[in-house]
Amino acid sequence: MSATPLTVSEISSAAWKLPSRGRVGMLCLIAAEVAIFTIFVVAYLFYLGKDVTGPTPKEVLEAPIFLTVCLLSSSITIHLAVKSLKRGTIRSFAVWWLLTFLLGAIFLVGTGREWHRLIYRDGLTISTNLFGTTYYSLVGLHAFHVTVGLLALAIVLLFSLFGLVHEGHAERLDVLSLYWHFVDAVWVVVFTVVYLIGR
Amino acid sequence: MATDSIALYPTQTNSRRPLVDQLHAWITTVDHKRLGILYVLYGLLMFGVGGTEATVMRLQLLRPHNDFVSPQVFNRMFTMHGTTMIFFVAMPLVFGFANYLVPLMIGARDMAFPRLNAFSFWMTAFGGLLLYFSFLGGGGLYGAGSAPDVGWFAYAPLTSQTFSVGHSTDFWTLALLVSGVGSVGTAINIIASILCTRCPGMTLGKMPLFVWLSFVMGGLVILAVSPLTAAQAMLLIDRYLGGHFFDTQAGGSAAIWMHFFWIFGHPEVYVLVLPAFAIVSEVVPVFSRKAIFGYPVMVAATIAIGFIGMSVWAHHMFTIGMSSNANTFFVLSTMAIAVPTGIKIFNWLGTMWGGKIELKIPMLFCIGFLFQFLIAGLTGVMQAAAPFDWHLSNSYFVVAHFHYVIVGAILFAIFGGVYYWFPKVTGKLLSEAIGRVHFWMFFIGFHLTFDFMHIPGLLGMPRRIYTYEPGRGWDTWNLIVTVGVFFQAVGALAFAFNLLWSYFFGEKAGSDPWDAWTLEWSVPSPPPAYNFAVVPEVRSRRPLWDVKHPEDPDWKYE
Amino acid sequence: MSSTSTKWLVCGIVNLTVCLVADSCAAASAQSSPTNIFAPASEPAHSVVGLSLFVLAVCAAIFFVVFSLLVYCLFKFRRKPGDDGREPPQIYGSNPIELAWTVMPVLIVIVLFLASVRVIKAVQDAEPPPGAVEVTAIAHQFWWEFRYPTIGVVTANELHVPVTNSSSPASTFIRLLSADTDHSFWVPRLAGKTDLIPNHPNRMWIAPSETGVYLGQCAQYCGTQHAKMLLRVYVDSPEQFREWSERQTRPADVNPAVSEGRHIFEMNACVNCHTVADTTNPRDSKFGPDLTHLMSRDTIAAGAAPNTPENLRRWIENPDSLKPGSLMPAMGLAPHEIEALVAYLETLR
Repeated sequence: MSATPLTVSEISSAAWKLPSRGRVGMLCLIAAEVAIFTIFVVAYLFYLGKDVTGPTPKEVLEAPIFLTVCLLSSSITIHLAVKSLKRGTIRSFAVWWLLTFLLGAIFLVGTGREWHRLIYRDGLTISTNLFGTTYYSLVGLHAFHVTVGLLALAIVLLFSLFGLVHEGHAERLDVLSLYWHFVDAVWVVVFTVVYLIGR
Repeated sequence: MATDSIALYPTQTNSRRPLVDQLHAWITTVDHKRLGILYVLYGLLMFGVGGTEATVMRLQLLRPHNDFVSPQVFNRMFTMHGTTMIFFVAMPLVFGFANYLVPLMIGARDMAFPRLNAFSFWMTAFGGLLLYFSFLGGGGLYGAGSAPDVGWFAYAPLTSQTFSVGHSTDFWTLALLVSGVGSVGTAINIIASILCTRCPGMTLGKMPLFVWLSFVMGGLVILAVSPLTAAQAMLLIDRYLGGHFFDTQAGGSAAIWMHFFWIFGHPEVYVLVLPAFAIVSEVVPVFSRKAIFGYPVMVAATIAIGFIGMSVWAHHMFTIGMSSNANTFFVLSTMAIAVPTGIKIFNWLGTMWGGKIELKIPMLFCIGFLFQFLIAGLTGVMQAAAPFDWHLSNSYFVVAHFHYVIVGAILFAIFGGVYYWFPKVTGKLLSEAIGRVHFWMFFIGFHLTFDFMHIPGLLGMPRRIYTYEPGRGWDTWNLIVTVGVFFQAVGALAFAFNLLWSYFFGEKAGSDPWDAWTLEWSVPSPPPAYNFAVVPEVRSRRPLWDVKHPEDPDWKYE
Repeated sequence: MSSTSTKWLVCGIVNLTVCLVADSCAAASAQSSPTNIFAPASEPAHSVVGLSLFVLAVCAAIFFVVFSLLVYCLFKFRRKPGDDGREPPQIYGSNPIELAWTVMPVLIVIVLFLASVRVIKAVQDAEPPPGAVEVTAIAHQFWWEFRYPTIGVVTANELHVPVTNSSSPASTFIRLLSADTDHSFWVPRLAGKTDLIPNHPNRMWIAPSETGVYLGQCAQYCGTQHAKMLLRVYVDSPEQFREWSERQTRPADVNPAVSEGRHIFEMNACVNCHTVADTTNPRDSKFGPDLTHLMSRDTIAAGAAPNTPENLRRWIENPDSLKPGSLMPAMGLAPHEIEALVAYLETLR
């Protein structure tokens, strides 16, 4: 039996606009990651004050203001980078993109230094007490996401150094920037929970 | 007209290529149809494995103080049975159906991300292999390989290094982490496909209900599997980095694992049941010869179930000592979800009402679904009444309840779906005669096992016990429950035989054997790799009804 | 096709009826089960059963209505043999009907919810009346430790509580703790189950109205021998309870005739896990059950076997023979040593 024929197209393709799959896919991924972070945040909040031994947040944590400024600024720079690319100003794009990468790298290095101080000076490790476990897990999970983001940024940077990035890639890099904005938004939450509420 | 159709769909190259080439094509495929078939075959294979584990347990529980297997083996059996059936049978089956059907139903050529699709399938498949490798490699302190034995929900602190020596628990954790990545990947694909690749004219309000239900299921997977991933990461941190998430000696909480697990675990059951609803919502209208009753309400009820389903998780924890206020909240949310669920049952009945019902095999299974899901839902309402649940929880009553949902409702719907869409996938009809043997054997076996399983629960028999004391009134019921297993096994074998026999010798189906109305029936059986020669355009929820009834099309009434 | 299908349908209905009949037989035979949740002998079990029967009745009513509609539908709207092949009228929905079958379930939910909340509050928020017996239950893998802090009794696996009646009302409030993993205390005829979770103290209470022995067992999977972590609750008359608690607070008799056995007990590792309290030993063994009054119990190994000399011998020689996977090691004693040990244990009344 042959296939049932359907009606000839009456709707022009221009009128049928659906969202871009890259964007939807990235937003779904972000939703999944938000759910994961939420669980770690809940654990952090739940265990505040429940330690039986070891250093407490008040004793050892110092709010990383500078690092936060760096990271949150990188959201602005990546936005400007993508805007430049959409306009076609590749040079400008490359500069903003590099700045984004550097700001993110500073954040990561800074976190590493904070951890070094916590481990060697304050004696706080992931196995010290509840605070240690929840702190390193939450901040570490975020740092891991920053690292993955930096890797992606680096790859794009490399391509742009070879002059291979052009206007047509703007949409894709806009989608990638969504990931980076998510990483920054998570930091806002983590910062608030760990350094403001938690202390 | 005929020549046009032939021109549109040239004959497929037949599979006389070397076997190696064919296998290579299957292993490297990114075609949603092939991946759908792989998912379903994988799920059916694991169903045999999980069923064997169940049979071992039921043989051990045939009579009190039996010694068919040791307690250690029994404890591994129930852990592996539960984990296998949920993650490596039911989820692959529902993902397989969604994968195969969603693009066809929305007039697309493939899923939004075909390579992600393949990646997700193989992650799931390898997760299952990893889990089963534990039988060989789970050794630790005692050097003997062993599968996990902590129950499929792996409560802390039983899973800590103290109480779970060796690596068996780690196999559970890692296998599910791996397959969880696969699940989220598939969910992202389903959502992106539905939002971004529908054919012209198919607004969200014109999608088949199967697609709506797949969409909500995808959303639930994204929101629910992630908490499990997080909890498992925490467990690994505890076990290997000295963390204290669930370390009660260090002030940690065993209850918080339960919360995290059930925040996954409850939406998970909706992930499994929504596709069953999806199948029934397609089959019942076609075999009643009527449009689905109350499509907008069905969509609204689905979304309501999705939302409320995220707020009921602690009804699995009524006995752990939460405050009376917390228990009260979860009683309310759990009972509330019965409302949209009940509405769906009524709408299916409303679809059948005034129709011309044909009791072909797909419909037979869907009627089994309706009957059994009704009962399962009602035993669920009983457990929603927390004080009643203080007895029923952790007893064989709840085991009977959830098997009623998963086997009686979900599996029956899946069987119905296979009989309904097998002709589309293979071009051959499944045998009605063997189908009846399959249905009735399975129906009888299911009821023997799971109806009577409620009774030991009401008589005080807890779950997860490798043996039980005589003189508690449980003996006869356990015997009957075990007998039912054999009928189900015969039914399952009849099913497997039907699949094989009909694939080779079944009656040719053509593109539309059931005179149905959704887009997948407009392409040949099996569909060509590109699905549609010309991207279709739709004006209503039943495009083929409009074609077959040009004098009375749906779009005049919707 | 239709007449064959009718036959199949009838078969299905007969099948169902058989099941229902069998279920009623089940209900009848359940009278003899010592762990039947529908045979309450105590508060809060009575209140719980009251609610449960109400919920069951409502659900049964809903089932019969919907099931009847389904069966009616299947019979009335089957495709008839001489059918003309035309499609039936396509009805897409009906708002009034949808409203009706939304409102009805909402009302039912409200009723069931309110009924449940009443019982939840009454059971969970009850305060111990003055004179209530206090017990601390500590669950272990795979046995129960019971301490009566105010009376000074320490025992294992078999709980004694006084009956409550109008002349001497007596409830027992039990604090639930765990020494290792999650467990659950479930004696169906007395109360619903409550879990024992480490670092998460819980509380339950019972006020039994009939004397007797009530059976139960651990209801939360806790490891290999979860299945044999059984419970016995002895509801005694006030005099029996007083007598029992007085006997339990006495230290162990020291009988010179079994000094060889006692020597073996103290020289081997037994004494590291098990306490036998006499005038010199404090009662603080935590790893294994207190054995000071072992012979006052009907079973050993948390109900795994009746308390007989033969079983004691088997248990000491090789615990895995009675309860494979229990945490008591085989001490590798010679047969004559085990004889002496059992003779000693037999004096611990």
